[in-house]
Amino acid sequence: MSAVRTTAGARRPIIEIRGVERIYDLGKIYVRALDGIDLDIMENDYVAVMGPSGSGKSTLMNLLGCLDTPTAGRYLFEGEDVASMDDDELADIRNRRIGFVFQSFNLLPRANVLRNVELPLVYAGMSREERIERARGTLDIVGLSDRAHHRPNELSGGQRQRVAIARALVNNPSVILADEPTGNLDSRTGEDIMEIFESLYRAGNTIIVVTHEDDIARHARRIVRLRDGHIESDEIIGRPYLAETPAAH
Amino acid sequence: MRRIVTEFAENARIAAEQIGAHKMRSLLTALGVIIGVMAVTLMGTAVNGLDKGFSDSLDMLGTDLLYVERWPWGGAGDDWMRYRNRPVLRTEFARQLNDIIIDTPNSALDTAVPCALSFRAIQRGGESVSNVYIVGTTVPYGYVNRADIEFGRFFNDAEYTSGRNVIILGYDVAEALFEAGRETAIGQEVRIRGLRFEVIGVFRRQGSFLGLQSFDNQAAMPLAALRRFERGNWHTHLRVKVRPDASLHEARSELEGAMRRIRGLLPGHENDFEINQTEMLEDTIGNVKTQIAIGGFFITGLALFVGAIGIMNITFVSVRERTREIGTRRALGARRTTILTQFLMEAVGICLIGGAVGLTLTVALKFVFDATVPAFPFILSPQLIVAAVIVSIATGILSGFVPAFQASRLDPAEALRHE
Repeated sequence: MSAVRTTAGARRPIIEIRGVERIYDLGKIYVRALDGIDLDIMENDYVAVMGPSGSGKSTLMNLLGCLDTPTAGRYLFEGEDVASMDDDELADIRNRRIGFVFQSFNLLPRANVLRNVELPLVYAGMSREERIERARGTLDIVGLSDRAHHRPNELSGGQRQRVAIARALVNNPSVILADEPTGNLDSRTGEDIMEIFESLYRAGNTIIVVTHEDDIARHARRIVRLRDGHIESDEIIGRPYLAETPAAH
Repeated sequence: MRRIVTEFAENARIAAEQIGAHKMRSLLTALGVIIGVMAVTLMGTAVNGLDKGFSDSLDMLGTDLLYVERWPWGGAGDDWMRYRNRPVLRTEFARQLNDIIIDTPNSALDTAVPCALSFRAIQRGGESVSNVYIVGTTVPYGYVNRADIEFGRFFNDAEYTSGRNVIILGYDVAEALFEAGRETAIGQEVRIRGLRFEVIGVFRRQGSFLGLQSFDNQAAMPLAALRRFERGNWHTHLRVKVRPDASLHEARSELEGAMRRIRGLLPGHENDFEINQTEMLEDTIGNVKTQIAIGGFFITGLALFVGAIGIMNITFVSVRERTREIGTRRALGARRTTILTQFLMEAVGICLIGGAVGLTLTVALKFVFDATVPAFPFILSPQLIVAAVIVSIATGILSGFVPAFQASRLDPAEALRHE
C-alpha cells in the first residue's frame, strides 16, 4: 500500500480526449475554438491549463466540465463517451463526478454556507440528514465548519472560495475543475487557496486548474499550454504524483 | 424518486426565498391574480346566493301550486296584445274547477282557490301602509298556500258565506300598524277605503323574494268582503294545489282540460288563459345566472390574463437576473426539468399568494355584505375555494411556463459567463 507510483501509464485515465474539435456557429461565420486536441488526464494528476485569451482555454474547460460537447472527436470520461450523452446524462456526470470551482465563487447569496455546500447532494437526491453530515464533513476539510450558518456576504473572498471548494468536494468527484480560482482574490489569499488544492492533491484527488498566471500554474504537476485551439506544449514540471494511494471513488 | 422529492423541496424553498426577497414586486405582480380570484369567487357566491334565495322564494310561492292567470310569468315578450285581450278570469271558476276535480276519479288536482286582488292602503288611526297586496279568497286559501297564522286565525265558512269584514294581515303590515306588537292587532279595526275591517289573524313572516319583493306586505279576507271596495276581476287569478303524489306535468294537463271546459273552448282554439308554475321562474332565473356567470367569467378572464402577463414578465426578469445562478445550478448537476420546475414553482407561488389574498378579500367582502344586505344570501362554498386554488395554480403554470422553459434551455456554459 505504500508504493508511490510515478508513471502515468500505471494509473487509471479519468479523461481521454482524441481529435476533439469545437466549432461555434455564429451565423455568418464559424469559429474553430478547438482544432483537434488530444489530451489524457490520469487519476491524481494535477494539471494547469494555460493560454492567452482566445486560445480555446475556456472552450476546453467547458468540454472537460461536460458543460458542452465537442463538434467532432472523442471524449471519454472514465471510459464513458461524453460526446453521445444527452443533457440529463451530462448533468448527472457533472453532479457526481466533477467538482466545479469558479473564479467568482458562484455561491447562492440567499442560502447559508451549509446549504450552498449541500446543493450538489440535493440534485443527487440524497436525504437531508446525509446531506448535512456530508456537507459538514467537507466544510471541515476547508476549515470552515464554524461558518456553516453564515451567509456568503458575511464571509471574506477567501472564505467564500473555500466554501465553493467544499461544495466541489461534497459529492466526492473524480476530478476537480477550477476556473481561475484565485482570479478574484489578492495574492496572499490566492496562495491559501492553492494550499488547499495542494492538500487535496496530496489526498489523491485529480485537479485541473485553468489559469493565466504562472505563479498559480507552478503549483501543478503538469502544464498544458494552448494557443489558437491547439495544444502548444504539455510538460510535466517534475513534481511526482504525491498520493500514496489514489483517492477512492 | 428520492431525487424528485428532494428537488421539489429545494425548489419550493427557493421559490419561497425568492418571493420573500422581493415582497413588493411579488405582491404587485399578484394583483391581477388577486382581482381574478376575487372575481371568480364573488361571481360564484352571487350565483350560489341567487340559487339559494331563489329556491327559498320558490318554496314560498309553492312548488306544488299551479297558477291560472292571463299572463305567463317571465314576460309576455312581443305577444303583449294577445295576452292583453284575453278575457278576465272569474272567481267562480274556482268553484267550477273544484266540482270538476270532485267528479274526476284519481284527479291529480287537490283544491282550487280564487284570488281576487286589490292593491290598497290599509289604515289604522294615523298609520297607513300603502299598496298592500290584498287577496279576496275562500276558506281553503290557507291550506293551499301553506300560509301559516302566527296570531289569531283564518276566516271560517260562516264569515266567508256572510262576507264579514274580517282581515288577516301580513307580517309587515301588522308590524307597521301595531307598534305595541303584532299580537295586539287581534280584534282591532283597520280601514280600507273608509271601510272597517276586524283583524282576526296575522300571518307568520314569509320573507322576501331575493330580498327585493316582500311576501309580508299582504292581507287576506273573504271574497265578498273584498268586493265591497274592489269590483273588477282585472287582477283575479286562481291557485290550484296539486296532490302530493301526482306529477306536476299530469296535473297541469288535467287543469288545462278543465279550464278549457269551463271556458267552453272548442278543439283547435288556443287557450285564452295561462297556467303558470314556479318551474317557469326557474328558467328566468337560469338566464340571470347565466348572465352573471358570463359577466363573471369575462372579468375573471380579463383579470387573470393581465395578471398572467405580469407574472410571465416578472418571471422573465427573474430568469434574466439569475442567469448565472442557473448556470451554477446546471454545473452542479441540476437537470433542465429541475430548472423548469424551479421557475414554474416561483410563478405558481406568486399566483397562490394572489389567490390567498383574493380569497381573504372575498371573505372580508362577504362579512360586509352580510352586515349591510342580510337579505341577500352570500354563500362561499368549499368548491369555490378549491376553484380559486386551481385557478391560481393554473395561472401560475400557464404564465410561468414560457420563461421557465427558456431558463431550462439556457446553455450552461453561456449562463455561467453571464454577468
